[in-house]
Amino acid sequence: MPALSSWLPFEWIAATRFLREGRAQTLLIIVAVGVGVAVIVFMSALLSGLQGNLVKRTLSSQAHVVLLPTEEIARPQQDDAGAVIQRQAQRLRSIDQWQALRARLESLPEISAVSPVASGPAFAVRNEANKAISLYGIVPEHYIQVIDLHEKIVAGELRVNAGEAVIGIELARELGAGLGDKLRVNASNGATDTLTIVGLFDLGNKIANGRNVYVGLRSAQNLLDLIGGVSNIDLALRDMYAAETLAQRLAGETGLVADSWIKTNSQFFTALNSQRMSSNLIRFFIALSVAFGIASVLVVSVVQRAKEIGILRAMGTRQGQILRIFLLQGGIVGLLGSLLGSALALLCLTLWRLLATNPDGTPLFPIELPPALVLITAAGASLVGVIAALLPARRAARLDPVVAIRG
Amino acid sequence: MAEVLRLSQLRKSYLSGEEETEILHGIDLSLQSGEFAALIGPSGSGKSTLLNLIGLLDRPSSGELQISGSATSHLPEAAITRLRGQHIGFVFQQHLLIPAFTALENVMMPLLVERGRPDPQMRQRAAELLAAVGLSDRADYLAGKLSGGQQQRVAIARALAMRPALVLADEPTGNLDTQTADSIFSLLRRINQEDGTTFLIVTHDPRLAARCDRIIELVDGRITADRENHPA
Ligand SMILES: Nc1ncnc2c1ncn2[C@@H]1O[C@H](COP(=O)(O)OP(=O)(O)O)[C@@H](O)[C@H]1O
Ligand SMILES: [Mg+2]
Repeated sequence: MPALSSWLPFEWIAATRFLREGRAQTLLIIVAVGVGVAVIVFMSALLSGLQGNLVKRTLSSQAHVVLLPTEEIARPQQDDAGAVIQRQAQRLRSIDQWQALRARLESLPEISAVSPVASGPAFAVRNEANKAISLYGIVPEHYIQVIDLHEKIVAGELRVNAGEAVIGIELARELGAGLGDKLRVNASNGATDTLTIVGLFDLGNKIANGRNVYVGLRSAQNLLDLIGGVSNIDLALRDMYAAETLAQRLAGETGLVADSWIKTNSQFFTALNSQRMSSNLIRFFIALSVAFGIASVLVVSVVQRAKEIGILRAMGTRQGQILRIFLLQGGIVGLLGSLLGSALALLCLTLWRLLATNPDGTPLFPIELPPALVLITAAGASLVGVIAALLPARRAARLDPVVAIRG
Repeated sequence: MAEVLRLSQLRKSYLSGEEETEILHGIDLSLQSGEFAALIGPSGSGKSTLLNLIGLLDRPSSGELQISGSATSHLPEAAITRLRGQHIGFVFQQHLLIPAFTALENVMMPLLVERGRPDPQMRQRAAELLAAVGLSDRADYLAGKLSGGQQQRVAIARALAMRPALVLADEPTGNLDTQTADSIFSLLRRINQEDGTTFLIVTHDPRLAARCDRIIELVDGRITADRENHPA
């Protein structure tokens, strides 16, 4: 038996001794807490890995916020005679004063990148094939800060000098075209351009792979009749979850339409949220059953130690000291259980990485055990332990020493 | 001589069902510093009840109880606990050590409880007390590993740790064989003679009572005899 450490307070000494003396009981409850914590930690890691992966995929071809000109109100116009005038074929509109707006956006601390884009519908023609496409005129060094297109290039490179285009693998397949081949692009206003394919991308999304065509900003402006203008400004934010708030603010300030990725993917977000909510519910019930486990073990321990508590009180131990001895036992069990649980979760994660793999052996999606999660869980489990110990500890503190000693 | 204990018209009743049963009917008693007194009486006469009241483990139904001159009836729980820790030492029939701690640590316990953290002085004091009860060689044994007699010696050493004004012993030899009982009793007597600690000892063994300086007899919750005794 080690000598009493000179720095530990009496309550800590007694709590640890009592736990150590109750070997089997203590061990069992620590294991029980550990299993609960392991499930919580593993589930949290899995969920954040899964959701992170889903969000990343969703964002692979979307900006956090897109600024667009206000849409013309589709109200039929009438001439003086009352005859309805056919609306003109809608012409793409540019964002007013976009250069000045861009400078202002770049100065905002919440925004990490600003990318002007001239985009619109067009047709890609090659031999007999004719495909509707979305044409994107970009400035690559800005664009890749918003959408990491450069990481999606599977052949050639991301380069959009005059006369060059980067297209998706799906479109390349449909047109039977490859790197170095020519492609004709016709815009709806009759403008046309011949481009050389210098890069192929895979955005992990069949529709985008078959539709998106990236060209230089100027080429797109020419084709889309947007000389000097841009059809939208894409933004990347430092905190992507602040996108909707910022979008609303920018819409108010600029009079433009501001679409956040959160609003654009509201169904996806609802799904993520309900997933998170059901996992919170599971977590809550696990924590509850862990708490009941700790409480019941401590209740038994208080009954078993009634005589010892009585004699401690007889020799001058204050009620507060008895209370703390049992609260500490709850906290210590919670803490040790959470450490064991984190170790178990790590084991599960390692197994999961080995077993849940793509055909090529890479994990389905990256999943990690962040140290912060371990720390938060440890703090949470200790707190749950202390709370669970409240009732038994109060019972211990209020034991009548006369009854305890006599009994 | 200082008065360690004064009881005036001390009463204690318990509620059993609807009825209130009085166990102690107005006890008057005084103990002077250095006394070595036996409390005798038939089983169920209220000896333990009285001892628990004196030891501030229980509160009287009425009457006043003074420890070393201070009245206690109006004191709140926290003050009672402090007074008990500092002025009273207990030795029970079932020695009641804390089995998770060693003999030495059990003796230190009242000091540890009082001061909050262990220190070398209390370790020193506990070692001296263990030596006084002849158990230096068992200091680091877990309390549960000691024999009954040894445990009672540790309990006696523990009762003395705070240098209490009064040590209360409720049938301290009740669970021990005659020989061990004799040696425990001799130990109490020796401590009383050497440091003048005041003892009040409940016993139903007339042989042991005869070795005390004063014999108080309790029958049906009343003191029926209180006489000086001169041990042979
Ligand atoms: N908590 C209690 N509730 C009701 N009756 C009690 C309680 N404690 C003791 N008694 C009664 O008080 C009487 C005296 O008990 P006690 O003081 O233990 O006697 P002794 O120690 O002299 O044998 C007994 O009749 C006992 O049943
Ligand atoms: Mg008794």
